[in-house]
Amino acid sequence: MTTRRYDVVIVGAGAGGGTMAARLVPLAAAGKKVLVLEQGPRFLDHDFTGRELDMAPALFADGGGFLTADGSMTLAFGQGYGGSTIVYTGTSLIAPERVIRRWNVPDLIHSDLAARSARYLGQNNVHLLPTDEINENNRLFVTGAAKAGYHAERFPLNLKGCRGSSLCNLGCPNAAKQGTHRVQLPAAERGGVEVVTRAEVRRLGEGRLEVRITPRPAGGKGTESEWAPGEYSVATDHVVLAGGSIGTSALLLRSGLAGLPVRVGHGFTAHPAFVLVAEHARPVENDVGHPKSFFLDRGEREGFVLETCMYFPFVTAKNLTGFGPDHARMMEAFPRLQMILVLACDRAVEGNRITINRSGKAVVHYGFTQTVRESLAAATRAAARIFFAAGAVRVHAPLADPPVIEARDQGRIDQLIAARHFLPGATSISSAHLMGGAGMGWSAADSVTDGFGRVHGRPWLRVADSSLFPDALEINPYLTIMALADRVADGLLADLKTN
Amino acid sequence: MDPLPLTSIRPVFRAAAVAFVPALEPASPAIWEAVERTIAAALAGRPPGVTRQLALFLRMLDLAARLRHGRSLAGLDLLARVRLLERFERSPILLVRRGIWGLRTLVFMGYYTQEPVIAGLGYRASAAGWSARR
Ligand SMILES: Cc1cc2nc3c(=O)[nH]c(=O)nc-3n(C[C@H](O)[C@H](O)[C@H](O)COP(=O)(O)OP(=O)(O)OC[C@H]3O[C@@H](n4cnc5c(N)ncnc54)[C@H](O)[C@@H]3O)c2cc1C
Ligand code: SF4
Repeated sequence: MTTRRYDVVIVGAGAGGGTMAARLVPLAAAGKKVLVLEQGPRFLDHDFTGRELDMAPALFADGGGFLTADGSMTLAFGQGYGGSTIVYTGTSLIAPERVIRRWNVPDLIHSDLAARSARYLGQNNVHLLPTDEINENNRLFVTGAAKAGYHAERFPLNLKGCRGSSLCNLGCPNAAKQGTHRVQLPAAERGGVEVVTRAEVRRLGEGRLEVRITPRPAGGKGTESEWAPGEYSVATDHVVLAGGSIGTSALLLRSGLAGLPVRVGHGFTAHPAFVLVAEHARPVENDVGHPKSFFLDRGEREGFVLETCMYFPFVTAKNLTGFGPDHARMMEAFPRLQMILVLACDRAVEGNRITINRSGKAVVHYGFTQTVRESLAAATRAAARIFFAAGAVRVHAPLADPPVIEARDQGRIDQLIAARHFLPGATSISSAHLMGGAGMGWSAADSVTDGFGRVHGRPWLRVADSSLFPDALEINPYLTIMALADRVADGLLADLKTN
Repeated sequence: MDPLPLTSIRPVFRAAAVAFVPALEPASPAIWEAVERTIAAALAGRPPGVTRQLALFLRMLDLAARLRHGRSLAGLDLLARVRLLERFERSPILLVRRGIWGLRTLVFMGYYTQEPVIAGLGYRASAAGWSARR
């Protein structure tokens, strides 16, 4: 076992960890040793081929097939230098005021979060796409929404040099998406923060972490680790957990720290989502251009959000309900397809939580409440209306039975699409917004950390990732995660100054 | 080397695969091999229990076909096979629904990630993006 010593160690190099690393550059500049440990690899630009078969196993946990305990929802999260920001789509929204108020976290006010978010909007080059770069799949959403009586809003996106390859969720082959792997982590490294990849933190104790460095598998993507493969013991004064909702909870639980707040792993939310597909009679420009330029926010009134999207053939096939000739017909219509992603704004409920199995691997328990089912049904109805208003000839709606609705039946959308058709295990549901598990709050009785991410009763231990959310955010979360990590960094820097 | 770790029940696997993706019925041996190799690679990254469960599930499907229709799953015509699998897809038992979902997902992964299949669908996304189209 090799021993190393650092002043601060950050676990995980995603949205939260990357932000934290960049914010701690002044410490590094002042001679303190700051280390980021990331279990995934550091990818090289040429690794991003855009091929589903190459990229999904390399970038996503369990190759993109991580399932909840009962197998009814797929959870997508990235692993590597940049974490899930390698695979995210880059939509950059500031948290809704009503949500932050409802969270009721001590000292956390919306204006502060918004100001911090604005800083990252600038850092990540967030802007609206020029109109001539918006593809037809996105334009149909806007016109369909307007005709159906809705107002679609435009997504601000964090791009620099986007060529419109539409492959964002397989890692950008053009280095255009401004994730933490492109902005904050390189800045941190330039400023003296050390980042070690293929470095899994196995256990955590006060002042010490057990780390395993794995070699690059033969033929695998990415570079070798910066450290030689083997077991390490890393001593440190301060630990910041940023392993993502699942990674952070799993690490806390398997470390078995005595007296840890009982809420670790609780409060898990996910914005359960599915893909709706509509067929048009004529070709739709859908496989070129940034995939996600518009959304419809019905979170406050109806508990759902609709987003434009365009997925790759396998992900599309997996997301369509059923199989056989009807399924194949829809797939064969690929060049005529329009797609909408439906997300339900779920709430933290008892039972939806992260635990670990005997080998310390995360197990995520998630049940779909009746409210979530109703939100998904309402969202599906709204999306179906938008599709038909945009001129679709048929809509594939998982909450209809049978799941295909022809244009002639569009007057019966309300009867045909219903929550009772939701069948866990048969309806393809997935989530890319994993939240909670180490939520902020008032005391160890109701939460895991305080409003600055300090784990209750453990001044040396902080959390700076999506685990901090005490409840769902109801919009795309990465910017809020960065803003919260920024706050956690302020707290740590202030504590270090005082001490 | 046999790419698919399900040799003993390959006919059942292929019968189910064709029900999920009818285009596989007339597929060339090269496409079948590519599909099975892809699935084998995905299974190799999973705990060995997953492959065992999959084999057991396929045996259960075959048995159900024999009990219900007096024929093996492979012996049923395509429509009857699809209908039988759809019944399981809507089963009141979550484990059975999950089994169908998992199996179909593997078959879709095997099939819809093959370059000729993707090109055949007309899906043309590439790193060059707009510059390849305008
Ligand atoms: C396909 C996809 C599309 C998305 N699109 C958007 C979008 O458009 N807009 C948006 O706002 N959000 C989007 N998201 C969500 C967003 O990317 C995540 O919410 C965000 O990145 C989470 O940040 P995090 O820091 O909590 O975790 P992550 O970014 O997931 O980073 C956690 C990192 O910690 C590492 N880690 C975990 N455990 C350990 C350990 N024990 N030792 C060492 N390392 C460890 C992981 O490997 C990982 O790299 C998307 C997500 C996905 C998957
Ligand atoms: S659409 Fe733009 S950001 Fe997305 S993968 Fe293509 S070039 Fe990258």
